[in-house]
Amino acid sequence: MPGEAGMPEAAAASGTAIQIAGLRKAFGANEVLRGIDLEVSTHEVICLIGASGSGKSTLLRCLNLLEPINAGRISLWGQEITAAGIDQNLVRRSIGIVFQSYNLFPHMSVLQNVTLAPRKALGTPRPAAEEEARALLSRFGLLDKEAEFPDRLSGGQQQRVAIVRALAMRPQIMLLDEVTSALDPELVAEVLDVIRELAAGGMTMLIATHEMGFARDIARRVCFLEEGRIIEDAPPAELFTDPKDERTRRFLRRIIAAGRL
Amino acid sequence: MDGSQPDPPAEPFTGFPAASPATVGGAWQTPGSFGSAGRGPRLLSGGGRRATAISSASTLVVLGALVALFLVAPGSSQVRHVFFNPTDMWQSFIGNPKKGYYSVGEAIWLNIRMFLAAEVLILGLALLIALIRQSVSPVLFPFRVLSLVYVDFFRGVPLLLVLLAIGFGVPALRLPVVSTQSAAIYGVAALVLSYSAYVSEVYRAGLNSVHRSQTAAARSLGLSQSTTLRYVILPQAVRNIIPPLLNDFISLQKDTALVSTLGAIEANGAAQIYSSTVFNYSSYTVAAILFLILTIPLARLTDRLIDRDRRRRLAGAAT
Repeated sequence: MPGEAGMPEAAAASGTAIQIAGLRKAFGANEVLRGIDLEVSTHEVICLIGASGSGKSTLLRCLNLLEPINAGRISLWGQEITAAGIDQNLVRRSIGIVFQSYNLFPHMSVLQNVTLAPRKALGTPRPAAEEEARALLSRFGLLDKEAEFPDRLSGGQQQRVAIVRALAMRPQIMLLDEVTSALDPELVAEVLDVIRELAAGGMTMLIATHEMGFARDIARRVCFLEEGRIIEDAPPAELFTDPKDERTRRFLRRIIAAGRL
Repeated sequence: MDGSQPDPPAEPFTGFPAASPATVGGAWQTPGSFGSAGRGPRLLSGGGRRATAISSASTLVVLGALVALFLVAPGSSQVRHVFFNPTDMWQSFIGNPKKGYYSVGEAIWLNIRMFLAAEVLILGLALLIALIRQSVSPVLFPFRVLSLVYVDFFRGVPLLLVLLAIGFGVPALRLPVVSTQSAAIYGVAALVLSYSAYVSEVYRAGLNSVHRSQTAAARSLGLSQSTTLRYVILPQAVRNIIPPLLNDFISLQKDTALVSTLGAIEANGAAQIYSSTVFNYSSYTVAAILFLILTIPLARLTDRLIDRDRRRRLAGAAT
């Protein structure tokens, strides 16, 4: 299978955070993931690249259990989360996901957006939840926006709030699904800075992205996906400069031709 | 609102430029009531002095024409006597039990009470039905079928027939308690059964209007399905359906008049008794006016709620 993954030197760091084996997912007759194998170590940052429709988003949604899978296994620190009888809500609390379209709750202020899940899922009392939310908001320069409603914020601000909202659950893993793809170019940097800070703080992250430069900077490993398989999995220096697989080379040539690398 | 023309600067209302003749129509154009001051124009598209002048002149002409047509009609004087006789209107409004008729003004309270009771019950029952119809759990399958049959049935059968079936059918069963209620109770029951079918569809439209990504976002944070529904989906759904919902309730207010067919003495029933005692229909006019007094504030309230919600979200500052 071309998608063999798992870097032994990475797994040695401090345990395997995510282990995906033989993951398959189909929407009707359309098979989107055709056997994904991937291991992610604790504190590791992995970028998923590939054309639209290659399965990056679906992979992240499966990890968050937003999509039921058809075959395979996903384990977090050795515990299988795709097994029967697993409390999905409990799993999701330790895995944050941020979407391309932000998906903030439009009827709630920024502060309410951030505190809803800690209060209603974890049972944190309102004052404590708000205190923690304000600490996070100020860390990402959003404290003055706490009373605003989402439709009054720029795309970059909304996306940062969405990241803060996910962080408020104190997840151990963050999944970022093309979080800058819907942003105006001048707003991309502020969101990427937030992600850099998370990486510097040791957050384990899986990042689906079209920002190749960013992937090269931040990722420990880059996985190239095509047609639901991981074609190549290598450190960015290797994958971007000396890709082994012809399909990776073809993809990167198109990216370079488009001026995106 | 209407972005087609630039908004003229807001200026204080200084009266109509054209002399407003003291006709019947004059009383209708209370300055400011339709005007552009305050919360912004609703009935007028542009606002501003010139638009106000044109619209009031046009209102005068139309109203004048309608009143003139009414006055010159061959049967005008009879109609005015039979439908708009001030003495009969007043008599039917205050009522006189000694002469065998009830006060329409007092009877409207029964309409209000029936409306309020029905409204609360409808909001609950309709939501339950909508949620069952939207559910996906296989355990609830028989309930889904049941609620589908319910909605189809009560939307298809005329309210009047539901009223008669319940108002005369249930007492005929001679069950303890259930069969010995008042006409008003059966009336409310029929209204609730019929309207819940409609309102559940309104709710369903509202639930469907909230994008699926909202559910995904909430569930991804570890919120349970019911918490997601309660705090994320329903508040947005209800906001989206306030206008059609209140529209149904305006309709409900009027339909309480149908309960008179069961013998309940609500406004319409009292008016009926008056007209058949005194042989004058002015009591119906009184009932009509009272219903208007009930429904118009609800209509304006609907506008206000929509406006307030939009303003609050645009203003940003939370409450």
